[in-house]
Amino acid sequence: MRSVAVLGIGKTAYGAFPDRDLRSLAVEAVNLAMQDAQLASERVQAFYLGNFAGPSFVGQNHLAPYIGSAAGFLGIPCTRVEDACASGGSAFFHGWMSVASGVYDAVVVAGVEKMTSQSTPRVTEILAGAGDMAGEGRAGATFPALFAMIARRHMHQFGTTREQLAAVAVKNHANGAKNPMAHMRKVISLEQALSGKPVAEPLTVFDCSLISDGAAAVVLVPADDALRYHSRFARVRSVAQTSDYVALDRKKDITFFPAVQSAAKKAYDAAGVGPQDIGVAEVHDCFTIAEIVASEDLGFVRKGEGGPFAAAGCTAIGGRIPINTSGGLKSKGHPVGATGVGQICDLVQQLRGDAGERQVARHRLGLAQNLGGSGGTCVVTILEAA
Amino acid sequence: MIRPETEKVESAQASNASSEAIVYTETVVFAPPEQYAADAPYQLAIVDLPSGERTTVRILGKTPADRVSIGDRVTFVSEDAGVRYYRKATVPAAEQTANIPRPLI
Repeated sequence: MRSVAVLGIGKTAYGAFPDRDLRSLAVEAVNLAMQDAQLASERVQAFYLGNFAGPSFVGQNHLAPYIGSAAGFLGIPCTRVEDACASGGSAFFHGWMSVASGVYDAVVVAGVEKMTSQSTPRVTEILAGAGDMAGEGRAGATFPALFAMIARRHMHQFGTTREQLAAVAVKNHANGAKNPMAHMRKVISLEQALSGKPVAEPLTVFDCSLISDGAAAVVLVPADDALRYHSRFARVRSVAQTSDYVALDRKKDITFFPAVQSAAKKAYDAAGVGPQDIGVAEVHDCFTIAEIVASEDLGFVRKGEGGPFAAAGCTAIGGRIPINTSGGLKSKGHPVGATGVGQICDLVQQLRGDAGERQVARHRLGLAQNLGGSGGTCVVTILEAA
Repeated sequence: MIRPETEKVESAQASNASSEAIVYTETVVFAPPEQYAADAPYQLAIVDLPSGERTTVRILGKTPADRVSIGDRVTFVSEDAGVRYYRKATVPAAEQTANIPRPLI
């Protein structure tokens, strides 16, 4: 396998954009990534698109060539990848594989979702399709409900508190407020976070990520070629994709995600590093509890201690392991298909030292973790500064 | 449309449902999907059946006294359109406490 570099990154702002369609968002992100990479579009040999539910959200199928052709990629393989909220991460994994394997020398991976044109109950219903619709979905489980049940169990087994969940929201909003591309740039207090409207007990609106429009893209080339273009690339040290049951009620213990633990182990092993070597991380905080569980599953803190770890500020900018300096899905927004690719962009920004007010002390290694559904898919990526 | 083998699995599960179960975890849904808008708020639980199976069910009742917590016993009430409905079992408090699964850690 060849070493792969992220040569260029591009993102739209995340938010509610009634005047923008899905294609224009994706094309904007791709164009930005191509400019950043300083690569001509004729050089691109394959295009992978992460998208969760374009057909349901905007009624458009056949999305990869639909967007690829508009971005100037004609004649090459254009493939849509769908793995729920990990669609972007999965697209990245497959793009990486196609360069690492030697099949292609230049690949673009994009992710996009256009969600805000639908009502909240309709969005809730579409998102529920990332679960088992014949089982939990039919019983009335929404995604907030599934993670609420995870939170209840984590609280029961480990004593995790409402205040610790709220601390994650407060921290991510503080970070997102410093991110000009974030959907909700608003600092919130612990009191506010604790008094939000209930969505699925014990989770309130302040525990839930945002329904957003947005797109992100990256350009991948062999690391040996990257220097021919510029020196601001990041090296992909490893990327691992794993899977598990889609239905939450098929799991023996819902306080951890086997897919996250196994993806983390594979990624750490392939990179020859451990959690202690990671300087900054973007993790999948679709709900506050998900960030707490991720911090445990990725090995940043022992099982059951993710709550106190977050509440003590260990995951804040300047803390032991800054998590979601971008604001995370909570504040930056969660255009589902874009999320996994956007995490890579945010991480590359940190490794380049381009994160502005959110910049952490420069580190060599960063980690991104993208989760699909209630743990049916996970992608963990470790990037290294050039 | 439904595949015949799916139907078989479901009827096998339904035959196990005619008894008590223990709440593994639960939530009350305030923001429902479009399809269940009229039901909200409703309580949802993952329960452990005597067979060892775990499944997601609805808990009947709207008052705080009807709500269940982790470890509570629930009784099967009915099944409608593939959704199983349970209600809080009325058992003496002492017996109920004895049946709460011990935390793993």
